[in-house]
Amino acid sequence: MLKPAAAIVGQVVLYGAFAAFIGYFATNPIYRQIPDDIAVLKLSFSHLGERECRKRTQEELDKLPRNMRAPMDCPRERSDIKVELDIDGENIVTHVMQPTGLYKDGISTMYRRILVKAGTRKLSVRMQDNVKEEGWKFVKEETIDIKPAQALVIDFHPDKGGLFIK
Amino acid sequence: MKTGAAIHPLVQVPFQRCEEAFDRFFGGDHNPLRHLGAMGLFLLWIIVGSGLYLYIVLDTGVEQVYSSIGYLSEEQWYFGGILRSLHRYASDGFILVMMLHLVREWAYGRYTGFRFYSWITGIPLIWLAFVSGIGGYWIVWDQMAQFSAIATTELLDWLPIFSEPSARNFIAPDAINDRLFTLIVFIHLGVPILLLATLWAHVHRISRVDYLPSGKLMRGTLLTLLLLALLKPALSDIPANLATVATETRLDWFILFIHPLTDLTSPAIIWALLFSLTALLTVLPFLSRRKAAPVAVVDPANCNGCTRCQADCPYAAVTMAKHPTRRTYQVAVVDEALCASCGICAGSCPSSTPFRSQETLHTGIDMPQFPLNTMREALEQRMSALSGQTRIVVFGCDHGADVSQVASTDTAVLSLICAGMLPPSFVEYALRTGADGVMIAGCRQGGCEYRLGERWTVERLNRQREPQLRGKVPAERLHVSFVSANDGKILAHDLTEFRARIESDQHLSNKLQPYLRRNAHHA
Repeated sequence: MLKPAAAIVGQVVLYGAFAAFIGYFATNPIYRQIPDDIAVLKLSFSHLGERECRKRTQEELDKLPRNMRAPMDCPRERSDIKVELDIDGENIVTHVMQPTGLYKDGISTMYRRILVKAGTRKLSVRMQDNVKEEGWKFVKEETIDIKPAQALVIDFHPDKGGLFIK
Repeated sequence: MKTGAAIHPLVQVPFQRCEEAFDRFFGGDHNPLRHLGAMGLFLLWIIVGSGLYLYIVLDTGVEQVYSSIGYLSEEQWYFGGILRSLHRYASDGFILVMMLHLVREWAYGRYTGFRFYSWITGIPLIWLAFVSGIGGYWIVWDQMAQFSAIATTELLDWLPIFSEPSARNFIAPDAINDRLFTLIVFIHLGVPILLLATLWAHVHRISRVDYLPSGKLMRGTLLTLLLLALLKPALSDIPANLATVATETRLDWFILFIHPLTDLTSPAIIWALLFSLTALLTVLPFLSRRKAAPVAVVDPANCNGCTRCQADCPYAAVTMAKHPTRRTYQVAVVDEALCASCGICAGSCPSSTPFRSQETLHTGIDMPQFPLNTMREALEQRMSALSGQTRIVVFGCDHGADVSQVASTDTAVLSLICAGMLPPSFVEYALRTGADGVMIAGCRQGGCEYRLGERWTVERLNRQREPQLRGKVPAERLHVSFVSANDGKILAHDLTEFRARIESDQHLSNKLQPYLRRNAHHA
């Protein structure tokens, strides 16, 4: 070991290097997540697909015990959900969400983060929660002025008019 | 594992050199690189202490988390702000020290055999430390927290563990509520408690654990972190706003480096990397082809149940049981799974004295690969071959400086499994059977392969620990040199100085009374 004075100087230098290392990398270098002119569009849904229900006939109902005479006969499985997103007429996302659960009776979800250039954009979202039906059950089109670093969300809520962009 | 064996020296040698360079300034006992585990525990206590205060003042409302933490830095900078900064910097230090500890133990090959358990229990600690650290940053709920929360949940959502994407919790400003922060705080408290429990498991097979580094090292580290907290206090970013994205973020790279790495690659690559690394660390001990050394063997006929071997064993491998033949006596029992085969127990046994007249030296606890009897025979044979004016015996350590390099016509050398294996009576035996001086070349302070060998050796020779070196042995004829495997030149230099000192010192004319064992090789 060095003489006390030299050892103390060395310790100060090494403790200082430790502090500098911790202090610098605790906040630096600055991480640039997205470029300045970019915004983020989050396309995310959590929705139950339709079930292929059938109305029971009176004859069928009469055969059932009284406490089980539900008018509708619904299978456990739910339909896949189709989703499409166009930006300025160009298709960006085409996705089929499958129901969760071993019996495919759970919720269908998706989450997609899309980087878009800031500016005025025409967004067009389409959703169909029963793939046996033709066409689109829910459609939302909106022209939005997207600002840099804005986080836009496209979601679905049946009680709030279906698809919405905010 | 040939590749692993080839890579070890590439990391071990630079690490050793750094440790030895640090020794020059700190000395072995206060060298942070030699006490990384204890340093980690010390930093953890700083985190726990400062964290308790932060928990007390934290308000878990969505708006209030930011303001209650911000208040500390702005209005109460002299106390709460310092504690907040200490909490952050000690966490960074903990991660740094933990990773250095991992690399060091791997580089020194300390992950197999009796160390298997400590190695394996250390792996979940890494996960728990990062989970605690990442979750902690969310509590501030500033832009960095927002970035980390979204990035982490997006990463988690790649795994099929949630029925609904967890990132939806942070999808829009109205998606979060006060309960979320209560949950995050709960996790940030729960995971460190789990970490502490795992730490207990990590060290519980080791006796005399360094729960804390030396006072000097603790004071130095705390002072450094305090100064850092004053000069560069930890501050919040602007408040989180889920309607925007932070373009630039001042990341804590020690803990949050995984987010940029995910952006650079993909969640699939990150999970593959994390699981592969974890699997590699887990199987590493099984890949090693290193042969386990024979463990210590107890001879009940020579064991009087004194418990010294139990007290000195660095890995708690020795316990005491009822003696099989002698009523009211105890006998040492060695747990093979815990035994490091270091021989420190043989050095602690009162029966390990070469002065015993038996033709074959039996002791209470011994090492089959290098029994005390072989040590006595080797010592006698090598001493009988000595010539010259000043004859010196050097006891070395297989893990320290190579003592065979100083062997000569007037220097007999004997390398032991560990310097702690040397019973002090062998020093006296060498001096009374023809040696003019005895030199013990132990490892550097804090550098013992078996943790406590060098410490016990010094305490035994200084008559602070049983078995003690007898008082009549002149201290001038004994020299202890702390030398690592890289210190061959220092060893040679120390030996030359020691020889010169013996030759020049007039007071050394009175040698110990000679002793010749009837059956000795040089009798």
